Amino acid sequence: MSKAAYRDHLGRPLVAVTGMGVVSSLGQGVTDNWQALTAGRSGIHPITRFPSEGLSTRICGTVDFIDIPAPTTVERSFAFARETTVEALAEAGISGDFNGPLFLAAPPIEPEWITRFDLGDRVRPEQMTGNAYDQFLAVLREKADPVAHESMLFGSISERLADRFGTRGLPVTLSTACASGATAIQLGVEAIRQGRTDRALSVATDGSVSAEALIRFSLLSALSTNNDPPEKASRPFTKDRDGFVIAEGSATLVLESLEAAVARGAKVLGIISGCGEKADDFHRTRSSPGGAPAIATIRAALEDAGLSADEIGYINAHGTSTPENDKMEYLALSTVFGDRMPDVPVSSNKSMIGHTLTAAGAVEAVFSLLTISTGTLPPTINYDNPDPSISLDVVPNIKRDANVTSVLSNSFGFGGQNACLVMSAEPA
Amino acid sequence: MTDTRHQVVVTGVGLVTSLGVGCQAHREQLMAGTVPARVIDSERFPPYTIHPLPEIDWSAQIPRRGDQRQMENWQRLGVYAAGLALDDAGLKEDAEACASMDMIVAAGGGERDIAVDTLIVEEGRKRNDREQLLNEKLTTELRPTLFLAQLSNLLAGNISIVHKVTGSSRTLMGEEGAGISSVETGYARIAAGQSTHCLVGGAYLAERLDLLMIREAIQSLGKDPKQPFWTGDGSASGMNLGTAGAFLVLESLDHAQARGAHVYARLDAVLGDRGSREGDRLEQRLARLADDTGATGGEDTVVFSGATGLPELSARERAFLEAQFPATPIRTISALFGHAIEAQFPAAVALACLALDDDAPVSPFAAGEDAVATRAANSAIVTTIGHVRGEGMARLTRMS
Repeated sequence: MSKAAYRDHLGRPLVAVTGMGVVSSLGQGVTDNWQALTAGRSGIHPITRFPSEGLSTRICGTVDFIDIPAPTTVERSFAFARETTVEALAEAGISGDFNGPLFLAAPPIEPEWITRFDLGDRVRPEQMTGNAYDQFLAVLREKADPVAHESMLFGSISERLADRFGTRGLPVTLSTACASGATAIQLGVEAIRQGRTDRALSVATDGSVSAEALIRFSLLSALSTNNDPPEKASRPFTKDRDGFVIAEGSATLVLESLEAAVARGAKVLGIISGCGEKADDFHRTRSSPGGAPAIATIRAALEDAGLSADEIGYINAHGTSTPENDKMEYLALSTVFGDRMPDVPVSSNKSMIGHTLTAAGAVEAVFSLLTISTGTLPPTINYDNPDPSISLDVVPNIKRDANVTSVLSNSFGFGGQNACLVMSAEPA
Repeated sequence: MTDTRHQVVVTGVGLVTSLGVGCQAHREQLMAGTVPARVIDSERFPPYTIHPLPEIDWSAQIPRRGDQRQMENWQRLGVYAAGLALDDAGLKEDAEACASMDMIVAAGGGERDIAVDTLIVEEGRKRNDREQLLNEKLTTELRPTLFLAQLSNLLAGNISIVHKVTGSSRTLMGEEGAGISSVETGYARIAAGQSTHCLVGGAYLAERLDLLMIREAIQSLGKDPKQPFWTGDGSASGMNLGTAGAFLVLESLDHAQARGAHVYARLDAVLGDRGSREGDRLEQRLARLADDTGATGGEDTVVFSGATGLPELSARERAFLEAQFPATPIRTISALFGHAIEAQFPAAVALACLALDDDAPVSPFAAGEDAVATRAANSAIVTTIGHVRGEGMARLTRMS
């Protein structure tokens, strides 16, 4: 290959994916997930992690099959990320220290209720004055609790991943809400394009489902209450969609400059050809009515990739199944794709795995790359009552064979977060 | 790639600390030649001493009451400081510049509803179905919008809403490391030509029991308000949390010059690292950061040290700085402002910018410990060593 073949349309290093790992409610590992996803299977199930009687939402897509030493967000998120990173590095054929930067999308960390109850139990009667935190402080002044401390820090997860996998420098832990996974990939792409590294590890993990997390989203009317049957609840682009299903998962992508990947004989799984972002200043949870920021984000990703909308063969939708998102996403997509919109298949992985929140952008990037490499479009399941105002080819209910060379993947989140990725097949 | 590297400069500083609001308030106290009086509160959260929020009129940067109501003070502080930085850079009213401006915010989480948490903990003592109790109380007692005041990325989200900064929005987390990475990432993107102007920074509010609890879980907090920051034996006397909103407008030099912007200083290098602190591995890492950022020290340089106040760790930091940068005045930020976790590094860079933009030398921050500088500094070194993990260093140079 000539040197030019390793550069993109702007003369920047092309960024290859050489390893992937994924965990979702459908299972562990790329193979099992892809099999289930293309079979149209749902991973959504009744909540068993905590009692849900009396709650308006009693279903979720939690990951409950990976051993954790303590039931905390930090432990779960780390364990998921560790598993997907082990898988991705094995596929990339990288052993020993990774020696590149780590970009980790992780959920915001707060003290857990088990920690508060536990501290509360240690309060002696004579210390029971003031509010709960006054009491916790009295307890902690007498006896430190380094284990609880570590479970309350935002930097705990990346610290352990950095140690375990020998990444280089100060890891970046980030949150762009439901776009976080895409942002973690974008930061890795930027670092390689900057020329400061040949490889980067992009990881996105979310093991944050708890009663409080669920109730908070419930109070904002964001969650589906179609509890029965659970696997039917996530219904993107249908008329009776009523919210997203809260879920967990993780994905790791090993990013390398194409040149470095080829030089070491690594198998190239695909190219991250473009990243786009644009913040929305309209509202804390709602998108601009005209969809302008989402439109600008999609266009920025296409422009970054040097592709026109005509060259996109499939769209991996954000497709949360909330009334608002799916409407806005359709508006944005149809604006960008115009007359060609009905001919571009668009499906939502969330119809099966729910909304893996912080992890979603990366989990769905893995599935997007698999779509290109296998020539199979995963379906949007539960599409039995189409929303007539959203005329998309959602790959309804059953997978489809299709030869796709470039995919657009959308991620939109609370706080005006929008990030889109364009992924492509390895240049011939 | 060296031929395409862009110089990165700071053109806007937004700073709120216990000492006051805005650049001018800080300049007046920091360049006067004497150690400024620290502003502390030892009454409100005994036995802890914190550096409180100064008197502040939120409306000056957050004009809509509706926006103010959607936030608690942590987010308000960040949004306010971000507005100051935009104003200071002359970009506040420039809709086009804000719409294309990148943003990287170092964030923790927002305020808990202490009354609700207390209710649940106390009720929990009487019941053995605590999980059921949680569901009942959280469903009925939580304010729906409080979640948005707690979410880490909603500080950035509110900056977009209030100040219309919408080029991009990224939130970094991870205590002190988040602040280091926010400046490092913004710097790297501008230097590589991936961005022309970027708002970076963070906020930390010390007046929060929920945050004191996290820090006290490893008994890291100082408990004697009369103790000076540095003790006689060269170690420190514990961490006193500091309140800081600190934002910077970073620009490529070309972009700044094209619009005739005032340049505070050039940001020459920013780097972060982490790892074991056993033996002298911390010191080895810091020495490498000094080499890689080109930080050499000297009489015309001033070091802004983010030493936390943790006794042993701060002693190691001080010993390293004195050995690595001999004859270089050190300014102990936390002695004057307290330790502001995520906002510590951005605040330290902000202070360095003020020093490099002034004709007077910056006053000592810790009486009897920080050396008096004989002249205004031409370059600055900024360090932050995280109280648990993460280290960062930056080097800046005077431009005018």
